[in-house]
Amino acid sequence: MAEDRNDWPLWEVFVRSRNGLAHRHVGSLHAVDGEMAVEMARDVYCRRAEGVSVWVARSADIVASDPARKDDMFEPMVSKIYRHPTFYEIPSEVKNI
Amino acid sequence: MYTQGLDQRPADGATKAGDDPAALAAFQARVDREEKIEPNDWMPQGYRRTLVRQISQHAHSEIVGMLPEGNWITRAPSLRRKMILLAKVQDEGGHGLYLYSAAETLGVPRAEMVDQLLAGKAKYSSIFNYPTLTWADIGAIGWLVDGAAIMNQVPLCRCSYGPYARAMIRICREESFHQRQGYELMLKLAQGTSEQKRMAQDALDRWWWPSLMMFGPSDRESIHSSQNMAWKIKRVSNDELRQKFVDATVPQGHYLGLTFPDPELRFDEASGHWTHGPIDWSEFNRILAGDGPCNRERMAARRKAHADGAWVREAAAAFAAKRARRQRAEAAE
Amino acid sequence: MSGGARFEYLLRLGDSCLVLGHRVSEWCGHAPELEEDIALANVALDLTGQADLLLGEAARTEGRGRDADALAFLRDAWDFRNLLICERPNGDFAHTIVRQFLFDAWQVELYAALTGSGDSALAGIAGKAVKEAEYHLRHSGEWVVRLGDGTAESRTRAQAALDALWPYTGEMFETDETSAALAAAHVAPDPESLRPGWTRIVDSILGEATLTKPQAGWMQTGGFNGRHSEALGHMLATMQFLPRAYPGAKW
Repeated sequence: MAEDRNDWPLWEVFVRSRNGLAHRHVGSLHAVDGEMAVEMARDVYCRRAEGVSVWVARSADIVASDPARKDDMFEPMVSKIYRHPTFYEIPSEVKNI
Repeated sequence: MYTQGLDQRPADGATKAGDDPAALAAFQARVDREEKIEPNDWMPQGYRRTLVRQISQHAHSEIVGMLPEGNWITRAPSLRRKMILLAKVQDEGGHGLYLYSAAETLGVPRAEMVDQLLAGKAKYSSIFNYPTLTWADIGAIGWLVDGAAIMNQVPLCRCSYGPYARAMIRICREESFHQRQGYELMLKLAQGTSEQKRMAQDALDRWWWPSLMMFGPSDRESIHSSQNMAWKIKRVSNDELRQKFVDATVPQGHYLGLTFPDPELRFDEASGHWTHGPIDWSEFNRILAGDGPCNRERMAARRKAHADGAWVREAAAAFAAKRARRQRAEAAE
Repeated sequence: MSGGARFEYLLRLGDSCLVLGHRVSEWCGHAPELEEDIALANVALDLTGQADLLLGEAARTEGRGRDADALAFLRDAWDFRNLLICERPNGDFAHTIVRQFLFDAWQVELYAALTGSGDSALAGIAGKAVKEAEYHLRHSGEWVVRLGDGTAESRTRAQAALDALWPYTGEMFETDETSAALAAAHVAPDPESLRPGWTRIVDSILGEATLTKPQAGWMQTGGFNGRHSEALGHMLATMQFLPRAYPGAKW
C-alpha cells in the first residue's frame, strides 16, 4: 500500500465558463491520460454547468517563471507608466480622446 | 464538508530551524500586508508543514465524511431525496479532491497523503466517527455538521495561502445548498408524524454536542493558535466561531420545535448571546484517540476501497503506458 | 394502442434506470479512485433523474393517483419491469463497468430511436437522456478497453464479467405484445431493430479491449414480466425501507 507504483499523474485543469471568455485555471486532478483527464475534469470541475470547454495539461509539463526572479522579471514593467493612458494630461475641453 | 481542530500545533521547528530571520521577517511582512502566498514562493518550513497537515486533514475529513452519509444513499425515502443526497456526498468527494490538489501544490503527492490516512497516521474530523442511525441523521448532518463547517470555512477563504483560499472559495460556494437541504429535511420531519418528530429530536440529541466539539478546544486551552493566527492560516478563534454557530443555530432549532440536549442553554440578555453548558472534552479526546463508535469501521471501509481498487488503478496505468508506447511507435514509422 | 401498453413500456424503461442507478449509487464513497467515484455518482444521478421522469410519465398514464415515488417505493418485485441485467449485483469494478457498458450501448440506441417517437412526451425525455447515455457509454466503453487491454488480472476479471453478464443481454431485444403494440403505433422502436447498432458498438469496443465475445447461448428472461432474480428483493428491501416502515409519512 505504501508504495503504489501506479499513481496516476497530476493534470492541471482549465475551464472556459462561456464562449467569449478565456479558459481559466480551476485546479488539478489525477488521470492516466489526457482523454481520461478531460472527462474527469467534466465530472470534478463542471458539476454545476460551470463550463463549455475544458483544457488539461500535465502538471509536470508546465514551465513557470521563478518567483525568486520576480523582481527582475516583473519589477521593471511597473515603472513604465507612460504605457498607461492616464499618464497623459489633456485639457478637459478637448473631447473624444 | 467539514473541518475540525483546525488549530494545528505548529509543526516542529516552525519558528526556529533553518529559516533565515530576514526571510522570515519579509515573509511575515507579506502576510501582514494581506498578500497571498503562492506555491513557488519562499515560505518558512513550518508554514509549509502546518499547511500540508491542515489541508490534508481537511481533505481526509471530506473523504471519510462520505461514509456516514453514504450509509443512507440506498435508503433515501424518495427519488428527490436520493438525488439530493447522492449529489451532496459526491460534492464531498469533489471537495476532498480540491483540497488534496491544494495540498499537492506544496509538494506532497496525493498518494502519500492517502497512505498516511490509511496507515492511521493522519487525523480527520472525528465527527465522522459517529454513526448515522436514522434518516434524520442525514438532516442533522446537513444542518448542524455542515453548518458548523461553514462557520469554520468561511474565514478560511481568506487564508494567506492562495491555493487553499481558492479551494475554500469554491467549496463554500458549492456547499451553500448542503446546509439548506439538511434543514429542509429536518423541517419535513418536524412537521411530520409523531415518529418522524421523534427521529428529528433523537438526531438533535446525538449530534448537538459533537457539532459544538467540531470547533476544537477552547481558546483558553488551545496553546498553538497564535503562530497560525500570525500566519493568517487561522483567522478566527475557536470559541468565537463556536459562539457564532450557537447563536445562529439555536433559534433554527426552536423553529423546528425541537429541544436542545443542554439544560443550561439560555439566552443572555446582557451579552446578546446564547450561552451553553460545559462541553465534555473527554468524549472528544477519546474519539480523537481512536475510541469512537465508528473509528474502526470508517478506516476499514477506506482501506477496503483502496485495496479493492488497486488492480483497477494498475490496469488503467498499464493501459495508458501501452497506448503511449504504441503511439510513439506509430509516429516513428 | 392501449394506455396499458404505454404504462407497461414506461415501467420497463423507468425501472431499468431506477434499479441500475441504485446499483451504481452503491459505489459512492468506495470507488477505486476519487475521480472515478465522482464520475460514477454522476452516472447514478443521471439514471435516477431519468427514472424520475419516466416513472412520473408512467404514473400519469396510469391515472390512478400514484406518482413516481409511489411506483418506485411501494411496488413489490413482481411489479418491477426492469431488465435483469440492471439488478445484477455490483461485484468487482469489472462487473460494474461491463454491466454499464452493455446497458449504455442499448440505451444509446434506444433513446436515439425514441427521439423520433410519435409520442411527444417520450421523445422529449429521450432527447434529454440520449446525451447522458452517450456520455455514459463513452465512459464505460473506455473503461472496458482499459480493463481488457490493461494487465493480466484486469483482463481476466473483465472477461469473467463479460461471460457472466452476457446471458442477460438477450432481454434487451425481446419482442412481445407490448413492444409490438408500441411499434405499430410509432411510439417505440421494434426492440429487434436496436440489435444491429448495439452489436456494432459492442463488437468495436470488445475488439479494442481484446476481449472475447461470448458464444450466443441461453439467454435469461423474465424482467419485463416481473420474474426477477433473488437480488432484486434484497435491493428493494433496502430501498423501500422508510416508506414501508412509515406508511403515509412525507419526506
